[in-house]
Amino acid sequence: MKRIYMDHGATTPMREEVLEAMLPFLGEKYGNPSSLHFFGRESLKALDVAREKTASCLGCAPEEILFTSGGTEANNLAIIGVAKGSPPGKNHIITSAVEHHAVLDTVKFLGKSGYDITILPVDEYGMVSPQQVEDAITEQTILVSIMTANNEVGTIMPFEEIGGVCREKGVYFHTDAVQAIGHIHFNLQSQPIDFLSLSAHKFYGPKGVGVLYQRRKTKLEQICYGGGQERKLRPGTENMPGIVGLGKAIELAVANMPANREKLLRLRDQLIPGLLRIGDVRLNGHPEKRLPGNINVSVLFVEGESLLLHLDLKGIALSSGSACTAGSLDPSHVLLAMGLDHQTAQGSLRFTLGRDNTPEDIDYTLEAVRETAHNLRAMSPIYRK
Amino acid sequence: MYNEKVMEHFQNPRNVGEMVDPGGVGEVGNMRCGDIMKIFIKVEDNIIQDIKFLTFGCGAAIASSSALTEMVKGKTLDEALLITNKDVAEELGGLPAPKLHCSNLAADALHKAIEDFRAKQ
Repeated sequence: MKRIYMDHGATTPMREEVLEAMLPFLGEKYGNPSSLHFFGRESLKALDVAREKTASCLGCAPEEILFTSGGTEANNLAIIGVAKGSPPGKNHIITSAVEHHAVLDTVKFLGKSGYDITILPVDEYGMVSPQQVEDAITEQTILVSIMTANNEVGTIMPFEEIGGVCREKGVYFHTDAVQAIGHIHFNLQSQPIDFLSLSAHKFYGPKGVGVLYQRRKTKLEQICYGGGQERKLRPGTENMPGIVGLGKAIELAVANMPANREKLLRLRDQLIPGLLRIGDVRLNGHPEKRLPGNINVSVLFVEGESLLLHLDLKGIALSSGSACTAGSLDPSHVLLAMGLDHQTAQGSLRFTLGRDNTPEDIDYTLEAVRETAHNLRAMSPIYRK
Repeated sequence: MYNEKVMEHFQNPRNVGEMVDPGGVGEVGNMRCGDIMKIFIKVEDNIIQDIKFLTFGCGAAIASSSALTEMVKGKTLDEALLITNKDVAEELGGLPAPKLHCSNLAADALHKAIEDFRAKQ
């Protein structure tokens, strides 16, 4: 059966070049970079190279890169680490209602631990405005955490303007850039961002490895205790194969960004009008300010999991924000925060395109969605035409 | 996540559609959790002669609606009232735990349809 992967927002297939770079570190290059001997020095060198590559791709200094186990850990370390390191009386944290749970639930945890938290609402496109952030900042605010681009609907936040507001007010700004790497250009030296999280498997790298960028002279407390690795902020023997893979993957992602962007935009501009032509389909998220590979629509009068199951049977891999697939009793918190009613949120489908997708894949997918929507609507008690 | 029997019903649901002039109609569910089921029955001599369903919902919701219609066709109303949501799940060879309370409502819809039929007599 033909198989089409359009769930790159969930994870991406690792590139061959990345795997090749990693293999020696799963084999003969097994040294611990903290060891003094040859084996250790060999790994330490690779660790330094990966750190330098990552820093150069982000436009920052190597000392500002902390390797973690992924985006979730990077977000936890940034938020809890800043909170723990804050001076007495400074106990207010601001985030948005559409953050990934790795940010939202971490902030809520701090809310239960005695910190004041503000969860900013978003507009119909899932966007937070710099003005909202400015209005929410108080004398007690220590941190604002707003994602670069949303994982579900692809909306790109005005993160630089929000960072600018924070800089002016003397408040740290963290951004979860997990979905943005390889799509949005960063030059952290000149951008008003103090902390940034990323995860390798979202840009054709391995799972289980990520980065927290920490601007020099910012205050971050460790949240995990052990050895002195990663300036003590992330103790534990380094995940060498993962880190080497991340270094290779980010290098490729940033180098290929212009070509990849152009390709994804062409596919997207084929997919969106085709989906809308099915009828009773609405586009979720911002019409222009969105990630090039993200298309989120609601197919009205049908439920997302049923759509996904049928499309999976036809070989097409997607995701949905329906309650069933969100693993909760309510549909996606992002879509609800954008003001969608439950019915519209239940029928959401997310396509996240990637470098292997073709125009033929889009044609096949459009036909499959059209047929599935037709069949499910025929048995839907809320669709009677 | 779903077993073969559930997927078979999901892919080839039995007795789908709206019934013209039904003897009773029952609807359950809500949009919040994402499942709405509507069951139509035709009753003659106290026996369910025909049954149809419309369902908005996940794979479990569609499969359990389909399975229920096969289970009760030809049964008397009293026999049909004894069938529970749990029986439907068992008929399907089991459903994933999170689906049992929210998506497995077909028997409830049928009971409502029977009530509706009886109220009209």
